[in-house]
Amino acid sequence: MADDWRSYEPKLIPDIPDLHKIGVYEENGGYRALKAVMQDSDWSREKVTNEVKAANIRGRGGAGFNCGLKWSFMPDPDGGPRYLACNGDESEPGTFKDRKLFEFNPHLFLEGALIAAYAMQVSTIYVYIRGEYLDYGKIFEKAVAEAYSRGYLGEDILGSGEDIELHTVYGAGAYICGEETAMLESLEGKRGYPRVKPPFPAQKGLWGRPTTINNIETLANVPLVINNGADWYSSIGAEGHPGPVLYGISGHVNRPGVYELPTGVPVLDLINEVGGGVRGGKDLKAVIPGGASTPVLRADQLEGVSMDSESMREAGSLLGTAGMVVMDEDTDMVEVLWRIAHFFHHESCGQCTPCREGTGWLEKILIRIKEGEGEIKDLDLLLDLTTQMEGRTICALADAACWPVRHTITRFRDEFEARCKQSAHALA
Amino acid sequence: MAEQDLSFNGEEREEIEKITSRFPNNKAATLQVLWVAQRKFGHVKPEVQKLVARTLDLPEAHVHGVASFYTQYYKEETGRFVLDVCTCLSCQLCGGYEILHHLEDRLGISAGETTDDGMFTLQEVECLGACGYAPMLQVTNGPYVNKLTTEKVDRLLENLRNGQTPEFESMAMPHLEKRNQAAT
Repeated sequence: MADDWRSYEPKLIPDIPDLHKIGVYEENGGYRALKAVMQDSDWSREKVTNEVKAANIRGRGGAGFNCGLKWSFMPDPDGGPRYLACNGDESEPGTFKDRKLFEFNPHLFLEGALIAAYAMQVSTIYVYIRGEYLDYGKIFEKAVAEAYSRGYLGEDILGSGEDIELHTVYGAGAYICGEETAMLESLEGKRGYPRVKPPFPAQKGLWGRPTTINNIETLANVPLVINNGADWYSSIGAEGHPGPVLYGISGHVNRPGVYELPTGVPVLDLINEVGGGVRGGKDLKAVIPGGASTPVLRADQLEGVSMDSESMREAGSLLGTAGMVVMDEDTDMVEVLWRIAHFFHHESCGQCTPCREGTGWLEKILIRIKEGEGEIKDLDLLLDLTTQMEGRTICALADAACWPVRHTITRFRDEFEARCKQSAHALA
Repeated sequence: MAEQDLSFNGEEREEIEKITSRFPNNKAATLQVLWVAQRKFGHVKPEVQKLVARTLDLPEAHVHGVASFYTQYYKEETGRFVLDVCTCLSCQLCGGYEILHHLEDRLGISAGETTDDGMFTLQEVECLGACGYAPMLQVTNGPYVNKLTTEKVDRLLENLRNGQTPEFESMAMPHLEKRNQAAT
């Protein structure tokens, strides 16, 4: 990615006043893609899926899987119900982008969800919004009512013979419900306990029926692909991970917020130009690129690194949700890691023992270190624990809890050792 | 309120029917009906959970299991206003703990407690998804109050004591021009 991000015009959330109102959205080309797929016989379901697959929209919820490919996993209809579950349960520290779509361009996401439902022959869509986002949910519900009144939703959509219902459902405070199978459990009215895979949701999802789960932002990209074609879409941003992205920038920057730019923006440009640089003229110490679970990078690891999955992997981290947390030179990494560990311990659903107990141990040991009671061997104990936990649980929450521990300790080992050496145990 | 006095009125029953109609079975409506109950009673104490179970014809144990799993359901009575202060990563870096401790000082309680006058319950919570507007808090499952300073917190407490709850605050997307200016 060269410097052309500077001339980029936002597409997911363009700067148009009142775009959340259906009239304004339509005046600006809204629902054109839905009309095309519903009314133009050239747009078969297969063609829609293939176009989305070719565009290579990679899931914006963090996993980065090809969206069209995911759709193609849905089995052929057997006459029973099939579902699309839209994931609006963002809650990984550093991630706060989906609420922007709900507030500023809900119809774009809605249009994408409807096109997805058409492609996969789904007649019921559930939109799962985190319970804390009640305000944003209300804005979205208004958009849904508008779409029903204009015939974009409901029975015989735009005279096409397609019937699609959409229901907005609220969570009630549980990070784990952002995990796709935990979200299904929550949608079924239960505790958010992740399910063992396989069977995958495309085979057995909601109430045992075929279900696809897509992130809100992922679906908002779909109308762009239908309107402009896969080639146009995949020419935006980084090769292999294309398209517009809502970047969240938070922490020690002068101008935090959500910014829409192409994938592949250099990390240092995002901090120094987009985010206005480090607060108080201080030096940069570290960056967590895509939500609290993504491995932290030291400032000296950032040269030439850009915000796409390939570049991030080479650098030793992950793009995740592109929710970047910036830390200045005065940041205490022991405190930071303890707070991240506290989060994952609090949010472990408790179903698998390695995670339920392990996240607690990680936190307890880090409290010991932070309070001046730690020993050098505690650092190796922490690293050993991560290998005991990782890959031994039903879902990836334990992995997500382990990555920050492993990488923060290895990348800032001096700081952790110094804290242990100050402790009472070190004097003995 | 005694257990036998707890009930949903006609309007609420209608709302609950609308909710159950969205799902293939009643169980799926559990979270949504707990929300209806919490809006009405201000909490979902065990007797309210029993009402929800009765209304949906579900085992009480199931409703209790759900209510206890999710942090946003109040399992006991709260103050008139619940202040959920985020101290998670981005808020931690931007002074979330200073805000929490300032509130503890001002209200004379610790996080997790309710003031004697029943006005405020103070809670430390995990990420509320407003990381770019840190530090922040949420008032009783409602509006977010962003970019907090101790002065802003004091004003908020005064307003709440006068019965004024904060309005929905839209945090606009930064303008493209600003980005271009930043680039030059």
